[in-house]
Amino acid sequence: MLYFSKLRIILVTLTCLFFIFIAINNLLSQNNRFIDKKINLGLDLQGGSYLLLEIDNSPVIEQKLQNTSSLLRTYFKEKDIRIANLSLINNKIRFSVEEKFKQNVIKEFQDEKSQINPYYPRFKSHQFDIIENESFLEISLSKQGIVELKNSSQDQALETVRRRIDEIGTNEPNILKRGNDRILVELPGLDNPMRIKSLLGKTANLTFQFISNNDQDSFGVEKFQYEDGLDEDFVSKRIILSGDNLLDAQPRMNNQTNETVVSFSLDRVGAKRFGKATSSNIGRKLAIILDGKIISAPVIRDTIASGNGQISGGFTFQSATDLALLLRSGALPAPLNIIEERTVGPELGQDSINAGMIALIIGFILVIIYIFFKYKIFGLITNITLIINLIILLGILTLFEATLTLPGIAGIILTVGMAVDANVLIFERIKEELKNEKNNIIAFDSGYSKSRTAIFDANITTLLAAIILFFMGSGPIKGFSITLGIGIFTTLFSVYFIARLFTAIYVSKNKDKEAMI
Amino acid sequence: MIQFNRFYTKCNIISLMFVTISLFFLIFKGLNFGIDFKGGTLIELRSSSNTINVSSLRENLSQMDLGDISVKKFGNEQDFLIKFENKDNKDDIIEEIKSNLDKSFGNNFNFRRVENVGPKVSAELLKSGIIAISLSLTLMLIYIWIRFEWQFSLGAILALFHDVIITLGLFSFLSLEINLSIVAAVLTIVGYSMNDTVVIFDRVRENLKKYSDIKIFELTNISINETLSRTLITSVTTLLALFSIFFFGGEILKGFSLAMIFGVIFGTYSSIYIANTVLVRLKVSQKTILKDEEKN
Repeated sequence: MLYFSKLRIILVTLTCLFFIFIAINNLLSQNNRFIDKKINLGLDLQGGSYLLLEIDNSPVIEQKLQNTSSLLRTYFKEKDIRIANLSLINNKIRFSVEEKFKQNVIKEFQDEKSQINPYYPRFKSHQFDIIENESFLEISLSKQGIVELKNSSQDQALETVRRRIDEIGTNEPNILKRGNDRILVELPGLDNPMRIKSLLGKTANLTFQFISNNDQDSFGVEKFQYEDGLDEDFVSKRIILSGDNLLDAQPRMNNQTNETVVSFSLDRVGAKRFGKATSSNIGRKLAIILDGKIISAPVIRDTIASGNGQISGGFTFQSATDLALLLRSGALPAPLNIIEERTVGPELGQDSINAGMIALIIGFILVIIYIFFKYKIFGLITNITLIINLIILLGILTLFEATLTLPGIAGIILTVGMAVDANVLIFERIKEELKNEKNNIIAFDSGYSKSRTAIFDANITTLLAAIILFFMGSGPIKGFSITLGIGIFTTLFSVYFIARLFTAIYVSKNKDKEAMI
Repeated sequence: MIQFNRFYTKCNIISLMFVTISLFFLIFKGLNFGIDFKGGTLIELRSSSNTINVSSLRENLSQMDLGDISVKKFGNEQDFLIKFENKDNKDDIIEEIKSNLDKSFGNNFNFRRVENVGPKVSAELLKSGIIAISLSLTLMLIYIWIRFEWQFSLGAILALFHDVIITLGLFSFLSLEINLSIVAAVLTIVGYSMNDTVVIFDRVRENLKKYSDIKIFELTNISINETLSRTLITSVTTLLALFSIFFFGGEILKGFSLAMIFGVIFGTYSSIYIANTVLVRLKVSQKTILKDEEKN
């Protein structure tokens, strides 16, 4: 056990130097030429905001069912099957059909090549389920249908969220999917997420619809409130333009009225439609509706063919800027709710780093003094090993660009406390062996080999705990499991290669010395 | 040699009492869950003025209809921790509080940390915390079962339950907050306690093979003594590290390090007085391990 080949000595030395080299990179302000990796600081250390958003998919599902039910009507009309009593109840489309067509309709839905009910061969499922309920037929989204819908609304929402956050320009945001209806947003360095929260909280569904107090409107009318909540108006259900038609939107100062407005430009389709609608409706009020509220309803005085326009609505410069941003980045498919938020200010982050470092240094010094006091020369070996161990641990964290959190620092300190365990087990065993064995080398050899199973068992148990934490924990706690887990490997490496190398050198030079430990 | 075995029965009775009392507290008083597991909002703020204190803050905030609210000092004189239910899960409640406090006390506040956990998330976190602890106990059981005979696994697992229950019982008794980092601490305690037990068991098994004529009652005592200096040194270094976190690592890590300190002390005690006594009570002998080896 004590013998080390030249090659192994060289390999161990190189490994140590390699990790020391990498770990040192964290201290440099500039990257060195060979490596550009550094340990990431978690949000709890560098300050920042963590937001978990949940997509409220119920409007998406309702919209989907509404679209499907109007599709149904035309689809079966073409086939000369008359469906009646079409209605939406409890997320189900319900309708009745003449008895002789009933089986035909059901077949249409259960056919794998069905045009009205897409089939997902991978999941062996249709988008919709159909059941007979008394005299009615009822159609609802299948399990897989809901999953698909959620996935696609999550994809869309993720894109929009990313665009909105990019527009604000925070540094290196982290935007990830969680499950199939959640989005995780990490914003390093942001200490007041108020603005982002309010921007993400808006669906930004923009439509242009004419005010129509006339019940005879062929599209039907709907009542909408004004933004200020004081007034309301009937609006035609016909949508002239929607946010999808916008190319750009910017906050502007209107020189004539001295008012802040949002100016927008439309794409070609939008411009054409806008021109047509304005030319044939001069004198009517066009409501600009955002998320179910009328922002303003200017009177159309002239044909607007240029595809450019302005929205006014008593904006401040800030609110105009935000609205322009929302319009540029597009609408969310569904409302988002913030279900978890954790924000740490940069000041507290820095305080945590300082406190963590002080605790690490003090803990380290205490352990070193105690071990030196206990084992003298072998204590010294243990301590040198402990320092190298710590550097290797930092080196590995750097290499993997792992995220260091406050609990992660605690994990490092704990590693310092527990890392000596393996060396202690070995040294205590050697002490026992020396009672019966006069030959130092043999005693050290058997001390190492006999303590091995205990060391192995002891470290496996801690590793198991770390692995579970890694998979179950979130954010800061994950950081703890990472440092604790990696710490076990670096400890075993440093005990069996570095400490043993030093021990071997010392023991072979002092073969005949008595009372070694 | 210290006669640990003289106190086996006494310590078993004391442990049983403590476990019973802990369970009593856990059932009837329950745990003081933080917002991670209960949901709600937390604000850590620092005031730049000395005149602001807990009661003036509480009085001011209680007019805001925030539901159940708690205000306490956090570390030093000028740091405060405010927690409230935030039942309606209002997004802009933080801004409201900020402007309200600024109006009442002048612009004296720095919001250092804000956490808001919705009811759905807190329920999920609680569930995954419970799963994590149960899973770790199960994995330890399986691991020790593979490595040792069933009598040893039973001893180790009883020691683990003992440590976890008493640590949580103490948290319940002292009304200390249970949050995500306490779960991490409990898991680490499980690992540590197991570690300690395994080292002694390893020696017990070795000695069982060596001496066929020594009774388990005596044999466990020999093994405990042989491994005692290691047990103590490792506990001391771990505790040195933990106390250093407790005193210097900042307010956020206080609960975590305290739980770990309790856990390390209980873990060291239980590997001597719980794990080993199980072996004694199950009358483990050389035959126990030989039988198992024949089977393999």
